[in-house]
Amino acid sequence: MGSRASTLLREEEIEEIKKETGFSHSQITRLYSRFTSLDKGENGTLSREDFQRIPELAINPLGDRIINAFFPEGEDQVNFRGFMRTLAHFRPIEDNEKNKDPIASEPLNSRSNKLLFAFRLYDLDRDDKISRDELLQVLRMMVGVNISDEQLGSIADRTIQEADQNGDNSISFNEFIKVGNVYILYIDIDIDI
Amino acid sequence: TVFSGAIFQKIGYILGTFCGVSKLSICNPTLLIYLCCSSLLFPGLIQREGGSMEQEMGELRRYRTQSISRGEFALSDSFYFYRKGLESIVDDQVTQRFSSEELVSWNLLTRTNHNFHYISLRLTVIWGLGVIIRYCVLFPLRITLAIIGISWLVIGTTLVGFLPNRRVKNWLSELVHLMCYRICARGLSATIQYHNKNNKPQKGGICVANHTSPIDIVILANDGCYAMVGQSHSGLMGVIQRSMVRSCPHVWFERSEMRDRHAVTSRLRAHVAAKRNLPILIFPEGTCINNTSVMMFKKGSFEIGGTIYPVAIKYDPRFGDAFWNSAKYNMVSYLLRMMTSWAIVVNVWYLPPMTRQEGEDATKFANRVKSAIAHQGGLLDMAWDGSLKRDKVKEEFKEHQQKMYSSMVVGKKARNSQEPHTESSKS
Repeated sequence: MGSRASTLLREEEIEEIKKETGFSHSQITRLYSRFTSLDKGENGTLSREDFQRIPELAINPLGDRIINAFFPEGEDQVNFRGFMRTLAHFRPIEDNEKNKDPIASEPLNSRSNKLLFAFRLYDLDRDDKISRDELLQVLRMMVGVNISDEQLGSIADRTIQEADQNGDNSISFNEFIKVGNVYILYIDIDIDI
Repeated sequence: TVFSGAIFQKIGYILGTFCGVSKLSICNPTLLIYLCCSSLLFPGLIQREGGSMEQEMGELRRYRTQSISRGEFALSDSFYFYRKGLESIVDDQVTQRFSSEELVSWNLLTRTNHNFHYISLRLTVIWGLGVIIRYCVLFPLRITLAIIGISWLVIGTTLVGFLPNRRVKNWLSELVHLMCYRICARGLSATIQYHNKNNKPQKGGICVANHTSPIDIVILANDGCYAMVGQSHSGLMGVIQRSMVRSCPHVWFERSEMRDRHAVTSRLRAHVAAKRNLPILIFPEGTCINNTSVMMFKKGSFEIGGTIYPVAIKYDPRFGDAFWNSAKYNMVSYLLRMMTSWAIVVNVWYLPPMTRQEGEDATKFANRVKSAIAHQGGLLDMAWDGSLKRDKVKEEFKEHQQKMYSSMVVGKKARNSQEPHTESSKS
C-alpha cells in the first residue's frame, strides 16, 4: 500500500475525474486509497486477479461479469480513471443534477447510462440485444447446478416472452428499459465520506 | 532502566503539558506527543445492509407488478448481485484485515501516514523531533535490552538444562523464562495491562489467543510460563528453540510433521495429559490478523480436549502498529519497526476457562471461544478464514449463494442451513 496515496494523484487529475464522474474530492482520494490497496503489483493498474482477491466478490455468482465490466474491450488492465468511470455509473443521482441543461452531455450516472450498464452485463457480445443463450448463461451463473437445463430453459423462455415486444425472440435495450427501469436505482452505491 | 525510566517519565509529563496533551497515564519511559491534525475518519466507506439474501432480494422485488408472481426470476434479480459485487469492490470486510489499521488521527509516525498532507511547519518540526528521539535515543536502548534478553534466554535455559532435580529445575526454568521475557518486553517498551488474573491458564490446559504478531508470545509470557507450540526453525530461532526445550518441555514440530494432523493432535494431547506440564499456547487463527477483528479459529486446537483458557489481546494502535504484515516485511524489519515506534501498549484479558459441552462439535466450540474473545477485546467477530490472506476463497461459498438464490426462484421454503459467512456486529 503506497504510503503517500494522495500525493501520487495530482490535483489536476482529481479535478478531471471530478468533472467526468461527479465524485467529490474526498471520495476520489478515498477511492484512490482503495485502488492502491487492491493494486498488489503496485504498477498503477488493476488486473482481473486483483479483483478476484476480494473474497466477497469471488463468491458472488455474477462476480466475473462485474469484474469484466471494469475492463474495456479486449484489455487486461484498468487504470484509476477507468476504475472511477465504471464506479461513476452507480453514483446516486443528486437532486441538483436532475434539472440539468439538456444540451450538456449526459452525466455518467444518468438513469439511461445505468440501465445501459446493467444491459451490457447480460449482453456479452455487444450486439445490442440479449439473446436466449446470453440469458441462459447469466441464469446458469446465478443458480449454479441447482436447477435443471429444462427448467432453466423454460424460465428463460418465459422471461423473453414477457419482455419481448417486437417478436424477435430477444430483448433489446428499449425492452430492457421497460422491465428494469423501476429497479435500476437499487444498484446505486452511496459512498459516505 | 528503572532510573532512566523515571527520568523519561518526568520529561514526558513536561513535554506533554507543553504540547497540550490531555491524558498521559502510561507508566512507560516513552513519551507520546498528541496533535490532532486533520481528523481522518475511517469507519466503513459505505453503509452496508446487514440482511440476508432473502431480505435484500425482498427489498428489490418489492416493486414487482402482479404479472410476475413473487418468487419467479426477473431480469432485475441480477441487480442484487451487481450491487453486492460493487459494494465489495468499493469496500470489503476481509482484505482490510490483512493490512495495518488506519488511525483516526496521526500519531507522528510516517508509517501510519497514509494520506499525507503537509499541515504546518510546527507539526513537521515536532515530527522531526520525534524521529530523532525514536531512532537515536530509544532504539539503541531497546536493541541493547533485546540482545541481553535473548542471550540470557539461551544461556540461562542451557544452564538450567544441566540440572537433574525436578522441582528446583522447574522453578529455575520459570524464573529464567520470565526474566528474559520481561527484559525483551522492556526492549520493546511494552506496557502490558493484565485483567482478570484469576483466570490465568493453569498447568495441563490450553491457552488460545487472537494473533496479531510474533510479539504476542512475549506479551503473554511476561505473566506466566507457557509451553510453546510451533515449527522448528533453523538459524538463530533454532538455537533459541533448542535451548528452551532443555529447561522445560515445549512442542516443536518438523515441517513434515505439521502436515499430519493426527500426529500433531496426539502429541499435543500427550502434552496436555501430563498434568504437570505448562499450559500450551496456541493461536488458532493460524496467521497474523491486524487486531481489528478475530477471524476463523481452526478447529484442530479444539479437538485436543482439556480445558481451554481464552485470552484476548488488544494493542493500542496509537502508540505503534503491532501488526506483522508478513507479505510486506520480514521478521527482522518488523522487529526494527517495533523498536522504533513510540511504545507497545497492550491490554490482555484472561477469560474464564471453557470446555467442550455435550453434543458440541469442535467447530461450534471454536466459534464460541472466538466470540468470547472478540467480545472481550472489542474486536469484530468474523467467520472468514485468516488463510484468505494468501489463499483463494473456497468454491463452496459461491455454490452456497447459488443454492440460496435457486431456492428463491424455484420457490422452495426456507432451508435450515446457515450461511457460512455470517458476521455478527461489533459488540
